[in-house]
Amino acid sequence: MPEIRLVKVSKHICYELDLTIQNGEKFVIIGPTGSGKTTILNVIAGVTDYKGNVYIDDQCVDRLSPGKRGVGYLFQGLALFPHLTVFENIAFGLKAKGMEEGAIRERVFSLMEMMHIKHLSDRYPHMLSGGEKKRVALTRSLAPSPQILLLDEPTSSLDHQTAKYLRNELIGLLQKLKITTVYVTHDLREAEEIADRIALLSHGKIEQISTPKDLFFNPQKESVSRFTGMPNIIECTQSRVITSGLVEVVSDEMTMILPYDGGNIKKIAIPPEDIYISDVKPPGPALNRFMGKVEEITRDNSMVRVKLSIGTKTLLAELSKGAFDEMTIEKGKEVYVVIKMRRLRYVE
Amino acid sequence: MNRKTGLIQWFSGFLPVFLFIVSWEIVGRFNLFPGQFFFPPFSAVVKEGYHLLTNGVLGKNFASSLIRVLIGLFCGSVAGIFVGVIMGWKDMVNKALSPIISLLYPIPALGWLPLLMLWIGINEMLPIIIIFICSFFPVVYNTFTGIRNVDKKYIYAAETLGASNMTILFKVIIPLALPNIFTGLKLEAGMSWRVLIAAEMVAIPTGIGALMIQAESLVRVDIIMVCLIILSIMCLIFERIFALAEKHMVGRWSSHA
Repeated sequence: MPEIRLVKVSKHICYELDLTIQNGEKFVIIGPTGSGKTTILNVIAGVTDYKGNVYIDDQCVDRLSPGKRGVGYLFQGLALFPHLTVFENIAFGLKAKGMEEGAIRERVFSLMEMMHIKHLSDRYPHMLSGGEKKRVALTRSLAPSPQILLLDEPTSSLDHQTAKYLRNELIGLLQKLKITTVYVTHDLREAEEIADRIALLSHGKIEQISTPKDLFFNPQKESVSRFTGMPNIIECTQSRVITSGLVEVVSDEMTMILPYDGGNIKKIAIPPEDIYISDVKPPGPALNRFMGKVEEITRDNSMVRVKLSIGTKTLLAELSKGAFDEMTIEKGKEVYVVIKMRRLRYVE
Repeated sequence: MNRKTGLIQWFSGFLPVFLFIVSWEIVGRFNLFPGQFFFPPFSAVVKEGYHLLTNGVLGKNFASSLIRVLIGLFCGSVAGIFVGVIMGWKDMVNKALSPIISLLYPIPALGWLPLLMLWIGINEMLPIIIIFICSFFPVVYNTFTGIRNVDKKYIYAAETLGASNMTILFKVIIPLALPNIFTGLKLEAGMSWRVLIAAEMVAIPTGIGALMIQAESLVRVDIIMVCLIILSIMCLIFERIFALAEKHMVGRWSSHA
């Protein structure tokens, strides 16, 4: 599977962008809407003109037509041909390559079987559900056996359950195919589940390229930690497995019990919205509960951000305006701080 | 839809036509319109139509008109689709032809009649060329619009799948432009009959239009009405033929494209 290299590529918002995607890598590009994610895919696929150079396995492909770049592209809008049936859509690329009728049928049916869409063979795209359309479009992009797969927000506009199901299938499929994949999304969780490496793109510039863990735990810029929403990173001085699935970690004055099924934990990242604060003692056991002091309060339209100190540590909590107004919290006041355990991220 | 509802719908559609014919018959038969010769009853028109059919006059004139429409419409549509596709596909051709098309399109087809009478004379070619002009420009315009309106994402998808330019044009762009192309064809199918009748009335001695003008000079309102009924039916049939062709070719997917 090939390596992809972009050298000083400029197009739309992207300016002199350099990027190397390694052989067989699952590379996720993440960033807000309008940051240039789709532009990068279009440049790699060659469906748009651009300045700069694109190399696939050290071969400059700037003058190659999209069909000769060995790229399978799942467009965000899917672009299923509405006048062709599911079978004809999937067979389109194979026919274009001049494959024999019998071989086309065999390849299309084996792919449809693999993607569980054989029963949809004679339907037109408008007769399919959102999830089925995505599967068909993915199957079509895989049909000509591309060496590079470009996926533009493949789970967007699907309901939560279908998106989750498709994502899991996609992860399995990509592991099986071992194909160089460039995956565009704006969903951090999705990026984390899929990526070998993540590039965070903002206003056409790459802010950071790193493994998912490094993106959360070693943000190189303020903008990265703002995007990942993980300003609370705690170094653990001790960590021990209590029972299978539970770990006790100590970080200076804080001792926490966390659900974790791995080894020793070195770092924890806590999302600000998962830090609960209260001016009265919360009911229940004192597990993961601490006393903290309010250092700073900042408000915007719907959220209130509270900077807290717990011993020598500083944490940022984020509350809805309604929840904050129900309490009497002011700067300098002692409050109860509870850390929810649902969405913590760890480094071993 | 059950049988009863279907019958009610059919009857409610037929009823206004039935009432119109009955009113026509009453007005004509009881001389409620000034001068019986100027407003024959429906039954007299049907009788005259039957008479014209049996003596071969209607058949001969109708065949002349039909052949002219078929040739003119076919050539105009084929040429219109061809030019529209090339203009939509190639920017350079569009830039070259667009000013000429824009200048000529607003001229009504019948406006060409005096010029064509001088250029090619009064013969069979005259109505055919008038119909050609009538159908050519709108079909060019609709085809061009259809080709240009094909969403770029389909072209990109076809390109990444390795399709050649010709495959993209014939397997993606033209099929997706068909709804627009059919809009032009449906419009012109009826319009070509209207233009033909006008041309035959003014300049050609044969055809339904010529028959109408002869009937007018003999104050034969019944014959004029027979011709008008035929004209109306033919416009309707031609439009329906293209509507059915459209349904057959793009109905399965077009409303969802």
